[in-house]
Amino acid sequence: MYWNSFSEFLAMGTHGIYVWGSVGVMALLMVLEPVLLVRGQKSLVARLKRQFRAEKTERSTQSQR
Amino acid sequence: MDKRLINWFRFASPQAFYPLAGRMIPWFWALSAVFGIAGLYVGFLVAPTDAQQGEGYRIIFLHVPASWMSMFIYLVMAFWAGLGLAFNFRLSGMMATALAPTGALFAFLSLWTGALWGKPMWGTWWVWDARLTSELILLFLYVGFIALQSAIDDPRRADKAGAILALVGVVNIPIIYFSVKWWNTLHQGSSVSLTKSPSMAMTMLIGMLLCALACWMYAIAVALMRVRTIMLERERHTEWVREELGAKAKEQ
Repeated sequence: MYWNSFSEFLAMGTHGIYVWGSVGVMALLMVLEPVLLVRGQKSLVARLKRQFRAEKTERSTQSQR
Repeated sequence: MDKRLINWFRFASPQAFYPLAGRMIPWFWALSAVFGIAGLYVGFLVAPTDAQQGEGYRIIFLHVPASWMSMFIYLVMAFWAGLGLAFNFRLSGMMATALAPTGALFAFLSLWTGALWGKPMWGTWWVWDARLTSELILLFLYVGFIALQSAIDDPRRADKAGAILALVGVVNIPIIYFSVKWWNTLHQGSSVSLTKSPSMAMTMLIGMLLCALACWMYAIAVALMRVRTIMLERERHTEWVREELGAKAKEQ
């Protein structure tokens, strides 16, 4: 282990804000992107399923007439 | 021989690729996490301080992988786009479309981490230096590609227009890569080179390579996730999408 204390680790010499600013934004975006993708996939699947169900019931009501 | 050929081409159809991609995604996430934890451990907890730059140099463990990925993803995107333009494979246009936002993300992160590194080391967030400017152009190429594709309603025409933009933009990649050699830049020369032994400590190099591998696995996982969504969207009128979603409904 290179660091003597946790506060020394956080300070990063005098460059704490730059180092943690980089880490923070990179981590945020790399979490955000997959979260948005999962959401997008889920909502698309739900929309398509609704659409397919609607088409199915439409077909069956038409055939009943 | 013949059998192998057929097997490969089978996965070139969205129908076969969709479930395969779904099975591969968790593995790439796991690999990305393992490499990422190892890389950050080496980079932030083990690697010694830099004699010239102090602790601020640790941004290298984010900046270099992000920059590499921004260039590499562009090459892969242009490769798929070109393949689509030449052979009209359905999958290749979707792959190119799926890669663009992740490439743009890494290009942005490269500029962001670069600015935060430049401020303490050079005293400025930004200079119009060849390396920085060409990387900014790369970000604009990604954004232009995404904007162009989303402006055209017909996906096949969108793929073609995007492919031409992507292929023309490939010129920019060697410009970024060699800019530090060709011009007198404020940006330092490359830290890792294929022809010279690295000019940095071994632990730093290992940390950087592990972080780069993590970003690589991340990019694959995310691109596969996005390509699956694009496949469902574009192929929603086909029978296999109906079956895929229908089968899942029965399982639940």
